[in-house]
Amino acid sequence: MIAADIEMILQKHAGARRDALIPILQEVQSSHGHLSRDAIIRVGRHLGLPASKVYGVATFYNQFRFRAPGKFHVQVCRGTACHVKGSARVLDAGVRALGIKPGETTRDGLFSLEVVACLGACGLAPVLAVNGEFHAGVSPDAVRRILDGCREKAEADGQTR
Amino acid sequence: MDGPSCHESDACRLATRERAEHLRRERLARPAIFVGTGTCGLGAGAGRVLDAVRGWLVREKVEADVIEVGCVGLCTSEPLVDVQLPGRTRLAYGPVTEDKVGGLLATALAGTAATDGLLGQYRPLAKNAEGAPSAAPPLEPWPGIAYLDEHPFLAPQTRRVLANCGVIDPSNIDEYIAGGGYRALAAALRTHTPGELCELIEKSGLRGRGGGGFPTGRKWKFALDAVNEQKYLICNADEGDPGAFMDRAVIEGDPHRLLEGIALAAYAIGASKAYVYIRAEYPLAIRRLAAAIGQAQAAGLLGGNILDSGFNLQVAMKQGAGAFVCGEETALIASIEGRRGMPRPRPPFPAVRGLFDKPTVINNVETLANVPAIIRNGPQWFAAVGTPTAKGTKVFALSGNVRRTGLVEVAMGTTLRKIVFDIGGGIAGGKGYKAVQIGGPSGGCIPAEHLDVQVDYESLQAVGAMMGSGGLVVMDETTCMVDVAKFFMDFIHRESCGKCIPCREGTRRMLEILQCITRGRKSETGMEALQRFQGVMYLARLAEIIKDTSLCGLGQAAPNPVLSTLRHFRSEYEAHIYERRCPAGVCRELLSYRIDADKCKGCTVCASKCTAGAIMGASKSPHYIIPDKCIGCGACREACKFEAVQVA
Repeated sequence: MIAADIEMILQKHAGARRDALIPILQEVQSSHGHLSRDAIIRVGRHLGLPASKVYGVATFYNQFRFRAPGKFHVQVCRGTACHVKGSARVLDAGVRALGIKPGETTRDGLFSLEVVACLGACGLAPVLAVNGEFHAGVSPDAVRRILDGCREKAEADGQTR
Repeated sequence: MDGPSCHESDACRLATRERAEHLRRERLARPAIFVGTGTCGLGAGAGRVLDAVRGWLVREKVEADVIEVGCVGLCTSEPLVDVQLPGRTRLAYGPVTEDKVGGLLATALAGTAATDGLLGQYRPLAKNAEGAPSAAPPLEPWPGIAYLDEHPFLAPQTRRVLANCGVIDPSNIDEYIAGGGYRALAAALRTHTPGELCELIEKSGLRGRGGGGFPTGRKWKFALDAVNEQKYLICNADEGDPGAFMDRAVIEGDPHRLLEGIALAAYAIGASKAYVYIRAEYPLAIRRLAAAIGQAQAAGLLGGNILDSGFNLQVAMKQGAGAFVCGEETALIASIEGRRGMPRPRPPFPAVRGLFDKPTVINNVETLANVPAIIRNGPQWFAAVGTPTAKGTKVFALSGNVRRTGLVEVAMGTTLRKIVFDIGGGIAGGKGYKAVQIGGPSGGCIPAEHLDVQVDYESLQAVGAMMGSGGLVVMDETTCMVDVAKFFMDFIHRESCGKCIPCREGTRRMLEILQCITRGRKSETGMEALQRFQGVMYLARLAEIIKDTSLCGLGQAAPNPVLSTLRHFRSEYEAHIYERRCPAGVCRELLSYRIDADKCKGCTVCASKCTAGAIMGASKSPHYIIPDKCIGCGACREACKFEAVQVA
């Protein structure tokens, strides 16, 4: 039950003050994949902050998502080195293959797409990450292969309808 | 060896010395296989290689140690695997894919150095970490094999900060200590006052490596002089510059060096709590550093009454949440305090009033990683390398269109030409050099005529760039400099915190002007054309205003990529504006695609790839692209095997 999960996280931060806000939000997102309205309100209550303040902080930072990500969260790096090595094409390939724009999730809940400013693996540009696993030197054609690999994995786990 | 050791008995001393030799790999009981599992290595498949190595050892029933190490920095040779046999020097191999593992191990463990993928052998050290000749029998070099430090990527480098990366096991504090680690901290706590430590660092000439270049010793002194019971040291491991990954490599490959530097800095300023603010996009670095902190605490090198000196230090980690502006001091402090990462005006400077309103020093990872060696070897040792105004070495992250990408540590004053052409091996694919982008979104582009510029703070500023944190992205003739300016402007305006008008509104205006310049002419109205010209004439003036009036470094440096490219690549801008042409062939909307009827074989592949239905032609007849329908995606050009699709 989601509310119980959040309470468990908040209990670890009993008596916490404002400076624990971002770590708490990070733990909640790590556990649920995103920050729900309910989560924001609970965290605010725990720290004695109005929900608006919590939203103000959460929406400032790129890391926080307010909608659930897909089973496979695809991050395309658009840093300088990746850009120079053609990451715009890689992103296009991802958008075309999934039919969604960055920031969106596919209707079947399998994939979500995100653009990241820099993943820090610039020597192996262009870089793509799926659920934190890095793929180096990705070409636009390779994108489709990687996504198909994810679909096969999901089917094997019995996730697709 | 079991049990604690002491200095009393000879047997004990001997056992300790032999253990240290084993940890330094001067003496091996059985073969050791090292796999580089830093983030880059894993991205290139090192995880599978590691499994293959372990699997092979089990199947062949061979007893050997398997050690995971960090990035040595040769990105283009990843995954890297080193093999060391007892009594012989260590051999470095790369790239080693999982299918090559079996053959490599079989040959190496049989006593032969395989040549496929061999990068070189490690040179046996003449002196060990204590500066004394090693007591272990010298390791026998392999005949006829070059030394790794002669490799063209490594030979011109001076590896001090990176000395242990890719060499030692970052998750084993004993290896760091055996190599001389934490000696500086022990000596400093015993024999130096905080003031003396600040003096030593100031004498060394160490300047901030995060980009600002502020003299480190002087910053420490400001904080030391501030009177307050509680002071803080913050290590800035946000590394937000796209193209920079030096700090990540240090944290993943040699986290204890950073911790020792943090402890020394905290002692020097009188801080009892240190925070490492590390970006969330570095999960492996976060794990390695957390483990290292735990080990240091368990060893009594962090925590209460360190080494019986009365000095206490708690080190906590805080993760960034994906905001480039939080690399700025006051925004970083706001983020740790749980607020929106918005900078504030200075004075007061953090050294006087910072985190939770207490005196705070913020230092970059690389700055702190330099400190232990300076304290061990003395300020003169550090200052002996470099230029009169920039002492020591700088770590760069070389990426982009070079043959060899990776981590480069060179003496300050080295020329860019040396870094790009000698170390990097020049431009890949036989293309022409265009520019090297240095300093990230706050920096600039250096064209061919300035390649001999020396890498130091002032020289780079003189050519319209800046040192930055160390990201170096090499660009060849297929890169459009107007597109690069637009790329940076897009990044910066999204990362602007929004607090001050010059940055919030100014960066957006600059981006709009650049978008105007690179937009297609087809649908452009007369009004839009007029706006384009107006905008362009205003670009430089707008840049000046933003630089002069922005609240923080982000805004003040935001126009730099545009100003730098305007200065050195004006002709490209003019081609975009007056001729509506992109010479590098990048800006999609300015490209016209046409099919050369002489080369076209009528295979219809391009027409099938065209998503806009812009290609017509019968099978086996030359095809034709309808200009009005073409969206300029380039799919046809990529698909054509006869190079019949021309772009101009």
